[in-house]
Amino acid sequence: MTSATATRTVANTYTAGKLPKWTPWVILAVSLLITLGASALMAVSSGDGMNWILAIIAGVLLFVLANWLLALLVEGGRQAKNRLVTSLVTGAFVLALIPLIWLTLTVLTNGFPTLTNGTFLSQSMRNVVGAGGGALHAIVGTLIITGFAALMSIPVGLMTAIYLVEYGRGKIARAITFFVDVMTGIPSIVAGLATYALFALLFGEGVRSGFAGSVALSILMIPVVVRSSEEIIRLVPNELREASYALGVPKWRTIVKVVLPTSIAGITTGVMLSISRVIGETAPLLIVAGFTASMNYNPFSERMMSLPVFVYTQYVSPGTDAQAYIDRAWAGALTLILIVALLNAVARIVSHFFSPKLAR
Amino acid sequence: MTAAPARITAKKRLGDRLFSGGALTAGGIILVVLAGVAIFLVAQSLPAFLVDPSEIKGEPDSFWAYVGPLVFGTVWAAALALLIAVPIALGISLFISHYAPRRLAQGLGYTIDLLAAVPSVVYGLWGAGVLAPAIQPFYAWLVANLGWFPLFTPPVSGTGRTILTVAIVLAVMILPIITALCREVFLQTPKLHEEAALALGATRWEMIKMAVLPFGRPGIISAVMLGLGRALGETMAVAMVLSPALIISFIITGSQNPTTIPANIALNYPEAHGIDVNVLIATGLILFVITFAVNSVARWAVSRRKEFSGAN
Repeated sequence: MTSATATRTVANTYTAGKLPKWTPWVILAVSLLITLGASALMAVSSGDGMNWILAIIAGVLLFVLANWLLALLVEGGRQAKNRLVTSLVTGAFVLALIPLIWLTLTVLTNGFPTLTNGTFLSQSMRNVVGAGGGALHAIVGTLIITGFAALMSIPVGLMTAIYLVEYGRGKIARAITFFVDVMTGIPSIVAGLATYALFALLFGEGVRSGFAGSVALSILMIPVVVRSSEEIIRLVPNELREASYALGVPKWRTIVKVVLPTSIAGITTGVMLSISRVIGETAPLLIVAGFTASMNYNPFSERMMSLPVFVYTQYVSPGTDAQAYIDRAWAGALTLILIVALLNAVARIVSHFFSPKLAR
Repeated sequence: MTAAPARITAKKRLGDRLFSGGALTAGGIILVVLAGVAIFLVAQSLPAFLVDPSEIKGEPDSFWAYVGPLVFGTVWAAALALLIAVPIALGISLFISHYAPRRLAQGLGYTIDLLAAVPSVVYGLWGAGVLAPAIQPFYAWLVANLGWFPLFTPPVSGTGRTILTVAIVLAVMILPIITALCREVFLQTPKLHEEAALALGATRWEMIKMAVLPFGRPGIISAVMLGLGRALGETMAVAMVLSPALIISFIITGSQNPTTIPANIALNYPEAHGIDVNVLIATGLILFVITFAVNSVARWAVSRRKEFSGAN
């Protein structure tokens, strides 16, 4: 009865009419070969250098088109659309990696020679014109300013998080949650302006000091500490608290001896990440801490340099030997990235080794 | 039967009172700080609203004529950045949540988070020193071939330090924020919805279109809003990359670019004195109001989500 179908032997009905899994890779390789080859031919014929970037972009576009067209012909419209979206989504990810790699490589290659020239990490910019000099004053300033900011933000942020989780009920807690959200959205330069306005009221116009920078940074840091600590403290299982209460332990001792030790790893991670966020802030420090070429260990008087502001000033106001200033800016950027990377790495290590193993 | 025993209340110990009092104080400090920010900003910017415009730097017709181009530039740069960042961020989040191999996904997520760890001044340095010169030939090509299009009206900028370059740098900076939030939301899609869609024969894209995106829409909106808030307030990248002018112009490849409020503050503040300081603080207040509005919309979108999340 079905003589027509008998002649058509289908190996596997589930894979019939479908492209094999390796097809996209083959298409990608072929399209890249085509465009790179064409580009090489054009380079040979015109005598110019080969345009790698354009060739690769064209090759990827050709791949997307060919992959879609082949699927449309073999598998039908819906599958073709699916393949098109898959290539677009993957492409978006690769696209985001480009600036990351480009930026890292540029900072490394431009900053490394100056960073390791011997004077960069051991001298300030006092009386330096042209090459030489260093960022020691900026590094010290960054550490002092960020240190004071952390000293103010961590207790306030942590206690607020404890309040929100352990004590807060009703209107006050809701108000605090809302305003922490609002604080998260304050642009950094507005935090700087507000701090300047405060210090100008207290100490007169034109005041600049490292401590004011710390206050501005704490405005940015507190909400981050509150958010992260609150999330971590909420994760502490209620059974632990109840077991402690059942033994007659007062609430504050329960918090200090049970809740905080259980969540200390997560809290440390959050604090580290919040420090790494504010340590790169430039705008508020530019406004309230100002900039200087000299060393200043006293955060309560006079201008204080910080690493991000150092990078900025070296870049925007180069002197007679512009290249030396640009080089120092890149070296400062590299130092900053290294500090942030170090903080992030410590945060990850802490959270990896010291977090309580809840799901056993 | 006797009456039910009175409710037993815990003894108020000194330690308890100190600790809860301390916690409440910390919360109170936050409220005070925020109130302080608002009050000091308003107090310092009041003179700017009342002053004779001829005393402002550049002598504009009125305070608002000075602020207008800045507000336009801020919104325009942020909007361009969103236009670039949102499709890419959605793609990345989908890639990490639904396309990448499960074992790699978390590592890939960290990689994108690295973009958020780079300080903004480094982005500024990169954008001005590397990206702008590298992209200038592309702008020249755009203007030469698409000059009839209003956005690309000639002449082209010779340095590449245009508002489009700024928007690209801003887009890179807000990518990780939008991605992190969208990723979380997409991962929360009920597995049953996804499996039901796949069981009906949907392809992966159709499953995402039918199950993941509708579920995540409020989350996407709030993520985009948070990214917008960040882009509006970003200072250093704009200040370092853009070659600014006080104009309103939609041209994105020219040498006359509208500047943004934060960049304008950062560039003029170190040399400002007298009434100009108050004017700059007043523009900061306006920026604060704009970002506050944007963030409020974001929170409203998130809170709406809680109401219908009975699905999971």
